[in-house]
Amino acid sequence: MTDLLLDQYQEIVGEEVINSLRQLAEPLRGTKVVHVNSTREGGGVAEILHRMIPLKKELGLDPCWEVIVGEGDFYQCTKYMHNTLQGNRFEISRSLLKLYEDTNEENAERLRGQLEEADFVFIHDPQPAPLLSWCSGRKGKWIWRCHIDVSRPYRPVWKYLRDFVEPYDASIWSLAEFAQPLHHPLYLIAPSIDPLSEKNKELSETELQEILKRSKLDPYRPIVAQISRFDRFKDPVGVIQAFRLAKKFVSLQLVLAGGGATDDPEGDEVLAEVKAAAMGDLDIHVMLLPSDAHRTINGLQRISDIVLQKSTKEGFGLTVTEAMWKGKPVIGGEVGGICLQVHNHHTGFLVNTPEGAALRIRYLLTHRDKLEEMGRKARQFILENFLITRHVREYLTLMLAVLQGSEARIELA
Amino acid sequence: MIDPFAVKDCALIAIATGQRAHNLRELRDRLETTSAGCIYYHFWGGLLRPSFDDPEYQNDFAVWAYHGLNDRFLAERLALIDPTEFANMEGLRRELIEVIEERLDENELVPWSSAHQQFHFMRSQIVVFDSRIRLTKPEQLREYIPRFTVGSIFYHFVDARRRTPNRSDDFTEWLKGFGNSYNKLLEQIGNLDPYFKSLTELRLHLSSILEENIPT
Repeated sequence: MTDLLLDQYQEIVGEEVINSLRQLAEPLRGTKVVHVNSTREGGGVAEILHRMIPLKKELGLDPCWEVIVGEGDFYQCTKYMHNTLQGNRFEISRSLLKLYEDTNEENAERLRGQLEEADFVFIHDPQPAPLLSWCSGRKGKWIWRCHIDVSRPYRPVWKYLRDFVEPYDASIWSLAEFAQPLHHPLYLIAPSIDPLSEKNKELSETELQEILKRSKLDPYRPIVAQISRFDRFKDPVGVIQAFRLAKKFVSLQLVLAGGGATDDPEGDEVLAEVKAAAMGDLDIHVMLLPSDAHRTINGLQRISDIVLQKSTKEGFGLTVTEAMWKGKPVIGGEVGGICLQVHNHHTGFLVNTPEGAALRIRYLLTHRDKLEEMGRKARQFILENFLITRHVREYLTLMLAVLQGSEARIELA
Repeated sequence: MIDPFAVKDCALIAIATGQRAHNLRELRDRLETTSAGCIYYHFWGGLLRPSFDDPEYQNDFAVWAYHGLNDRFLAERLALIDPTEFANMEGLRRELIEVIEERLDENELVPWSSAHQQFHFMRSQIVVFDSRIRLTKPEQLREYIPRFTVGSIFYHFVDARRRTPNRSDDFTEWLKGFGNSYNKLLEQIGNLDPYFKSLTELRLHLSSILEENIPT
């Protein structure tokens, strides 16, 4: 096997896709790109950056990734911000907002030289959004990347954040529905998964058997799983309700597994709620996984018959993408980016209630041929649309487009 | 001497305009003023953005009429509009508005969508780049076309209709330069409808037509 990442991707997506990436990257050779987010481990953003940086480097760009740091209350504030931007009504205190601004100022002090010198700065999500206001000597293009569903935000919080993101040169949103009007171009780019990462690569049968054994799962009964952070918007308690409704008709096991993210202080509280809801049922396996348990997550998705992602709010839902890449049909909440991936009767089912999820679990477990056919379609759909190569291609296109202004057609020499 | 066929590729990026429509009258009003790029995107953009093959309807207006407004009559009528029949985007815009106004006249109430299913107007920027591949003979086109990226197929077979004087595709324009030798091939390419096929399907069809008509 070759050491070059691009050669490895080529084996999956084909030569023409990689050639086209190389051509698109050519005019951007040597471009200094800095990505900034708030955690190096846990959550979809960190995962994407872990893989995107080396890929951009191999394409000839000069990328790097910085993480802002703060005290516990900073993350509490940004978690409130996250929840309110996704629609929860909650007043964030003035003192917490002051801490949010001060923390960004401190981080700007540390990163200023690098940020002001960069040709492109991508700021991910609200946590580091104010950095721009502290970099008045910036020479490059600044792009705010919003990974969350801001379609119906709690207005006072969005109004507060808007002042920080309005001065950016452009913003990126996962879906048109999420985009809030701003006085700069609102680009739409869906996220992606990396087929070569520990979380998505093929695993041996021996390793899968080991994971089954270690997780104390019965290899002879169906497994349904939701593998996602312990977050109320992911509705893990609703998953338990759906499981109990389905279990009346088919014998099955449920895996609820998830890691924490360093920028999510609510995880423990939600995990406690989940454990309480699962109490006494030996067929419900609740697992708190360390943030680096990528192979275990990979294995759990592969040994499952069906994967659920019963979110009530979702930015994009990369766990859905991961499961589909492993050939699993997904039963997902009819929200956000899940709707872009799950197509009823083709790649899974969209549901709105625990009852709906239970019904679809029963249907799939009693129609094995459909389950397998949907799994095949799901994998093909991800191959064509949601792998990292498509994502990088769109980032490169955006960078070229931003450099050229607002022209609808850009012809490269 | 005929110029070599320069294989180009393109990448398209979608941009939300922030304009939305909650009901059919708003859609009609926005269509009057929205940019031609928006209309183009909602008819053709689906080919290059992540989407599920074999959609129920080919353009975003018809999809919204069906899913957003629950108006199957309107969805069917909008789906029948074939953008390749119009010389320019203004003609297509007029036709869209005509169909919508007819439906508004038929209904006493203006159909509304739920807050979650508004129509979002989008446009796109397209970046065209040169693959540096040059084909000098039709035989080379036959050999190479299975390896065209979907971006190349879009550029040469769909986007070309906006660029070429006859609203044709680049393959046809180039092959015409070889005299009458490829008339049957040109006829078959001309019969290939770009609007109802995915780019992968188009590549497959083009490849099979070229194989059938150009001897090895």
